[in-house]
Formats: sequence, C-alpha cells, structure tokens
Amino acid sequence: MELLVSDARFDSGPRWLLFHTVAVFAFLYLPIGVLILYSFNGEGVGGFPPHHLTLDWYRALFADEPIWDSVVNSLQVALAAMVISLTFGVPAALALERAQFPGKALFRRLVLLPLILPGIITGLSLLMLFNVTGTKLSLMTIVLGHGTALISVATTEVFAGLQKLDRAQEEASLDLGANYWQTFWRITVPNLKLPIIGAALLIFTLSTDEIAVSFFLIGRDNTLPLEIWGRLRRGITPEINAVSTIIFVFSLVAIVFWYRLRVGGEGGADAGTEIVATAEGEAA
Amino acid sequence: MFSRAYKAAVTLPPLMWVTVFLLMPYLLMFCYSFWSVSASQTIVHSWNLANYRQLLQVDVYWQTLLRSMWIAARVTLFSLLLAYPLAYFLSFHAGKRKDLLYQLVIIPLWVSYLVRAYAWKTILGSDGVLNTLLQYVHLTKHPLEFLLYSPFAVVLTLTHIYTPFAFLPIYAALEHIPRNLVEASHDLGATPGQTFWKVIFPLSIPGAVAGATFAFVLSLGDFLAPLLLGGPSGIMISNIVVSLFGAAYNWPLGAAISFCMLLLVVSLLFFSERLEKKWSFS
Amino acid sequence: MMTTSEIALRAAGNSARGTTLLSIRNVAKCFGKNAVLRDISLEVAEGEFLTILGESGSGKTTLLRIIAGFETASAGEVWMGEERLDRQPPYRRRVNTVFQHYALFPHLTVEQNVAYGLRVAKRPEAEIASRVEEALAKVKMSAHAKSKPSKISGGQQQRIALARALVNRPRLLLLDEPLSALDANLRRQMQVELKSLQREVGISFIFVTHDQEEAMVMSDRIALLRSGELEQVATPREIYGHPATAYAAQFIGHTNLLKGEVRGGTVRCGPLAWSAALPDGPALFSLRPENVRLTAGNVPTSGTVRVRGRVRHQAFHGATELIRVECADGLALVARTPGSGGTLDDVELEFSSADAILVRESPERI
Repeated sequence: MELLVSDARFDSGPRWLLFHTVAVFAFLYLPIGVLILYSFNGEGVGGFPPHHLTLDWYRALFADEPIWDSVVNSLQVALAAMVISLTFGVPAALALERAQFPGKALFRRLVLLPLILPGIITGLSLLMLFNVTGTKLSLMTIVLGHGTALISVATTEVFAGLQKLDRAQEEASLDLGANYWQTFWRITVPNLKLPIIGAALLIFTLSTDEIAVSFFLIGRDNTLPLEIWGRLRRGITPEINAVSTIIFVFSLVAIVFWYRLRVGGEGGADAGTEIVATAEGEAA
Repeated sequence: MFSRAYKAAVTLPPLMWVTVFLLMPYLLMFCYSFWSVSASQTIVHSWNLANYRQLLQVDVYWQTLLRSMWIAARVTLFSLLLAYPLAYFLSFHAGKRKDLLYQLVIIPLWVSYLVRAYAWKTILGSDGVLNTLLQYVHLTKHPLEFLLYSPFAVVLTLTHIYTPFAFLPIYAALEHIPRNLVEASHDLGATPGQTFWKVIFPLSIPGAVAGATFAFVLSLGDFLAPLLLGGPSGIMISNIVVSLFGAAYNWPLGAAISFCMLLLVVSLLFFSERLEKKWSFS
Repeated sequence: MMTTSEIALRAAGNSARGTTLLSIRNVAKCFGKNAVLRDISLEVAEGEFLTILGESGSGKTTLLRIIAGFETASAGEVWMGEERLDRQPPYRRRVNTVFQHYALFPHLTVEQNVAYGLRVAKRPEAEIASRVEEALAKVKMSAHAKSKPSKISGGQQQRIALARALVNRPRLLLLDEPLSALDANLRRQMQVELKSLQREVGISFIFVTHDQEEAMVMSDRIALLRSGELEQVATPREIYGHPATAYAAQFIGHTNLLKGEVRGGTVRCGPLAWSAALPDGPALFSLRPENVRLTAGNVPTSGTVRVRGRVRHQAFHGATELIRVECADGLALVARTPGSGGTLDDVELEFSSADAILVRESPERI
C-alpha cells in the first residue's frame, strides 16, 4: 500500500515497476557493455566468457590510418555543419517565435520535418538535387546534407530558449532608449547563449554519428561512421569494438555536458523533449 | 514590436535555404518518380506513371512495404511497453534520482546508431555472446539460428534504438501533470491504481501518441538495421530503395517509392497531431 | 512564563466546545533539518468552522496536509473519533480537501469532476446523478454541468472544487487558502457564502488562510500559527479583544504596542502613565486605535489617560480615519477617528487604561 508523501524519502512504488525499470536500463546498456568488454577481449568477437584481456585492438586502432583520416573528415564536416545549422537555425527560431508572415505554418513544418523523417528520404532527395545540378559528391555535399537536416535541432533549442525569455526584459531595454538592433545584441542574444551552445554541442555530436543521410551523399572521402560501415560489410574485426568504445566515451561526455548546460536551473523534462515535441508541431 | 527590417533579416535567409535544400529536393524527387530509366542506364525524362503502376502491381514492393509496417508496428508496441512504465517510474517515484536517471535514459540515444546495431550483431550471432552463454549454461545444445539475420533481430535492435525516443515525450507529458491533481484524486478516495487509470493515463495520451509516432515512422524508414541484421527475410522497404539507387540502378522507381514513403509519413504526422490535439486538455 | 489562568485559557481555547471530532496531539513535522511544525495540539469540534491563520512559512499548509494525508507527521498523532487518522492513506480518510488552485481534472467535465469521488466508491449511477445535481445546485453551478474546467472562471472553478469535495459527505472539510486567487469583491462574497454553506451542511470546516480579516469574518475559532507553534487559539472576539501575545495583537487588526515599565503600581510609557495592579518590571501593552480618541474637551474620568501630540500622517479609510500622532519622548500613537474631514495638526488624545491589554512578548523563533 503506497502512501503519497512528499518527504525527502521517496516511495519506490509497486515492486514490479522498480523491476521493470532496472530491466529496461539493463536492456539499454547491455549492447554497450558488451562492446566495451569485448574491445578488450584477446580472442576478438564471440566466445563467452571473454578470455585474456588486452589492449591490442586499441593499439591496432591507433596505427590504422584510414580510420584517422575519416575521423578528421568527420570533425571537419561536423564543424561546418554546425556553422550552417546555427546560421540558419537561430534566425528561423526567431522568425517562428516572433514574426507573422504568410506560409509560416508550412515553413515551420518544413524546417522541423527532417527531425522525424527517416534520413533516407532527406538523403535521397538531396542526392537528386546534386545530380540535377551536376554537383559532384564530396565532403561538401555531406556538409550541406547535415547542415540542412540539423537546422531543426538548432531551431528547436533556440525556440525553447526564446519562450523562456521574459519579454519584459526586451521591452525594458526599448523603454530605456535602445533600438531593436541594440536590444537584440545586448539583451536577446546573451540570453540565448546557453541554448545556442547547447544546440552547437548537440549538432556536432549528431553530425559525427550521422549515417543515414551521409550514406547517399558520400564522395571519395569517408566520414568515420561510413568508414566503420565499410569495414562491417567486409567482416567483423574487433578493432571496431575499440573505436566504438571510444566513440561512446566521447558521446557520453558530450551529452552529459550538453544536459548540464540545458538544465542549469530548470527541470530536466524539457531538455531534449521539445525537439521531439516540436517535430510533432506542438511548440509553435 | 519588431521592425520590418529585423523581421526580413530573420525570416528570409532560413526561408531561402530551406526552399533550396528541402522543398526543392522533395519536389525534385516527385518529378523523378515520373521519369524512367533507359536500357543504357541513363535517366529518361519522359513523364509517365509507369513507376507507380509497377509499385501497385508487382508483389515484392507491396509485400515488403507491409512487412516493414508490421515490423514498425511491433517496434512501436514494444517501445511503448518499455518506455511508458519507465517514464512513469522516473516521473512519480524517482525522487531525488530523477535527473540522474533521466540522463541515463538519454545517453544511449546519442551513442552512435551504428555502434549499437553492431553490438547487437555481436550478441546475437551464432557464436555471439548470447548463444555462447546459453550453451555454456547448457540451456541449448546448438546455436539458435533465428536470433540473427531475421525479422526478430531487426525488431529487437530497432526497439533498443527507439525506446528512448518513445520515452522522451511520454516523460514530458507525465511531468506536466500537476501533482495536486494526483493528490486531489487520492483525497477523493481513489487508490494509486485508480488514480493512474482515471487521471494520469488520460492526461499522458498526447505524449504516448507522439512517442508512438516517432518510433513507428523512424523504424519504418530504417535501412541500416535490416542490412546488418535482417538477412533475406528481414528486408525492409528502404533496403529496396537503397538498392534501386545502387546496384539495381533505377532512380525513378526509387524516387517513386521514397515519395510514397514521404506521403505516408506526412499523413501519419497529420493524423497523430489531430489525435494529440483531441486528447490535450491544457 | 505563563500564568495559571493563561494556561487554563489556552487549554480551553485549544480544546473544542461540544463534541470533539478531530484531535491533533503533539504533532511535529521536520523537513530535513527544518522544523516546520513543533508540538501542535489542537481539537476541532463537530460542526465547527476553525481557521488556521498564519503567515507564509508558519506551517499552516503543512498542518492541513498532515490532516489530509499528503504528509506524515514526524511525531505525534491525529485522531478522528476512536480511530487513528494518521495511520490511514488519504484515500481512506473521511476527509476531503478544497485545494488552493482547485485541482480540477482538466479532462473531465464539471459534472464528472464532482462525481469523481462517488464513482471511485462505486455508488449506483442513479444515486451519483442525484447527489451531483444536488451539490451543483448548492454551489449554484447547475448550468455549467457539461462544461470543461478550462472554460469557466476562477470563482466558478472554486465552487466546483467545493462541490466535488462536499458531495462525498466527509466528516471534515479542509480548505487550503481557497479564496486567495479571487479578487477582493468576489472574495468577500465567497466568504459569506462559504460560511452559510458550512452552517447549512453542518460539518466541520478547517480553513487555512493568511488573511486575518477573512479569518475573523468566517471563523468560530481561530488558531494562530507562528513559526510552527500555536500562538493563540480562541474565538475571533477573544483574540481581538484579548490577544495573548504581541504578535497576536499586531497580526490581527491594527494595534499600538506600548513598551512600559511598572513601578509601584504605576505603568510608565514615555509621556503616558496609568495605574495597574502589576508586579514591578517591564510590561508590554496592546492598545487598539479605535480605543484612542480625540479629546472632547471635557473633564477626564478616572482611568483615562491623556496625551498631546502632533499629527504626522492622516489616512482616509472611508468610514474612519487613521491618524498617526507623534507625542513626547518619541512615542507615536495611531488613533482611529470618525472621518470628519479637515486636516488635523496639534491634537490631544485620550484612552481608557482598561483598554491597554497586557500581552506577552513573543519569543524569537529560529
């Protein structure tokens, strides 16, 4: 029998619920755990339990040139995509939150569509565009693909930040004699610092992991996920475990950092969820 | 309140970019779907409905689409079954650990898809972790074949990938329920169980619909998991599209299928949005 | 240190007149290191309208929530009749609550909201229908039965919250600052309605508020709570006329707090002096402004204290005026005069020494 109490001690609810929660967490982290474990497994993939633990695969990884080339490519792409997404995503958020113009509803849906649309559709449609215009596929086309698809991330993060911004601050600024542009740079933008940094971090991470759109827009140079993909097609090597573990660690750090940025002050429920919610057209 | 110049500066650049890189490509895809491919592997701009006729008449496309939808439906169901109680626990019973647990749920979301799919391959293979473990504890004598290269593997992997996606909007919806409604329900004599079904669940429906839509749409269009783990029996509609743009070289047909998928997704979104509005009470 | 008579008065105040419905015994509540309630003992009678009055942070809402069942006491017991109330979960108690922000279920109609408790108890449909209709009529909301809460005003929502609680015929109704969100006129109207509703229905109401005027208008008894302890429990007239402490005197209504020194049977406070049968030493007095008058110019009777001063501030309050007069030795007195108009300058004030009520100093709470 549960008592509803709001004391410091929490009541953990029915036993099955607790059990379910633990089970789901186990399910979510099982593959990751296996991956990390087997990256140290001397015998490579398969076999249980893992026998002698070794850093061999990590050593092999560090000597592997194509992987490092693809890492550099991924980083370049991520950086460029971040710039594009922010350059167009931040004004888009402002436009959606502030301005009224014909076709606004369509604009909103269009900007947010890549969030929920399977990457294949976005990738293929861009491929057709490049084909028709005769553009050769290269890292540049991937940059354009990521940049476009990830505008939605920038827009949703900044949009949420704008909604939390107290209009009265901007009105006070105008009242005190600053014009629209001054108000924008002195009041609006500093308040958007956190959402923008959060968005940047998120876009960067998503771009380095992105594979569905990149799949169709790739030229000669590989990004890291596509390099891994290529090797996977040829057969599993334990080096993949090692590089995957490293990717996991980086993503982990990045996302925890992003979360702390986003949450500093408010509840956690909103962090990440307006991305989902606005993809459904809730926010505007 | 904002000047016209400001509004223009803020609206036009994204509008133009989105028109060039989103709207036009979709329209282009629409156009492609009416063209055809010639014997010498070039694209012929002759407008006809041949591709769509082919989609309707040739069995393999229909069957694959239906199989994909069936897989997506199962993924959605399992993701909801996993995500909802999890979200409920975090929102109502996690106390001080709520934030930490929330982070733990979203971390897998941002760990590379490829990494996770590949990990399942490692686990499910015939000398993968699971099979070796089962034989080690003498539960089975031979490796279970159906674990990998089957629809089962695809459903399992996609459920793993999309459960956190389903979790997010459900959790947000639950968090937005004012706690005094729960107290009011208890005050009026309803047990926690009754309170859940009469108050909490109805108010969380929009979140559940959003989560389900995400899981369904994204798993429907997935092509990586089937490629890695699906085997011949686990092929999904996107795999057909991928091959049409690759070895099978028939861009117009591929465009037709893609465009149909686009329409399907957009109408699903429209439908689920209406459903959410109907069940939203604030 | 309390005198014997004070202790007796306190005990009498804390205990109920008539049959006791609810008995709160030595209840204390801590949140972490924060002691929100300390040693509260109080009895509530059948059919009584009791108000728990206090500032924010006084612990009044916590006390209410303990009675409702949403918090558990760190120490002490709560009894209703022969049963221990605090051992039961909220859904088993014959207690219902009207929440501060109403807490109406947004996905149910007004009718369904009111019927909720009856549905949960699985009453027959016919009975539910008639009881809901009766409850809605009582709060004059029958016309809105099929509306959703988002479509009706705050005042209307409040009535529905009331109906929803009362329809279950609880033995005790708890109201957590239900009128605080309403504007002044509506508030006054609702105070009158709530009071007559309580008389009509005949069950005990425990009403929580920070508004002392509201408490005085509505209550049979007031329990003044300060920093987690009961300062005084008495009827409105008693608390007003005979505040036990300086805090009670100041919290309820306006007062002049006079710090005096007693020597040989005479109280001296700045330019004021009067005789009182009190032991030597410092003493604190509460003097209500309405007991301070402008001298009519006649001969003072015995026991009348007079003082001259200069009017520093005049505040118009409709039927009366409050004037602030600076006298000698830095003494300032507030007097309530009939609003005859005209600016006053040098005046002479007088009051009867019997109206200077001895009060205890309120100890500083941590």
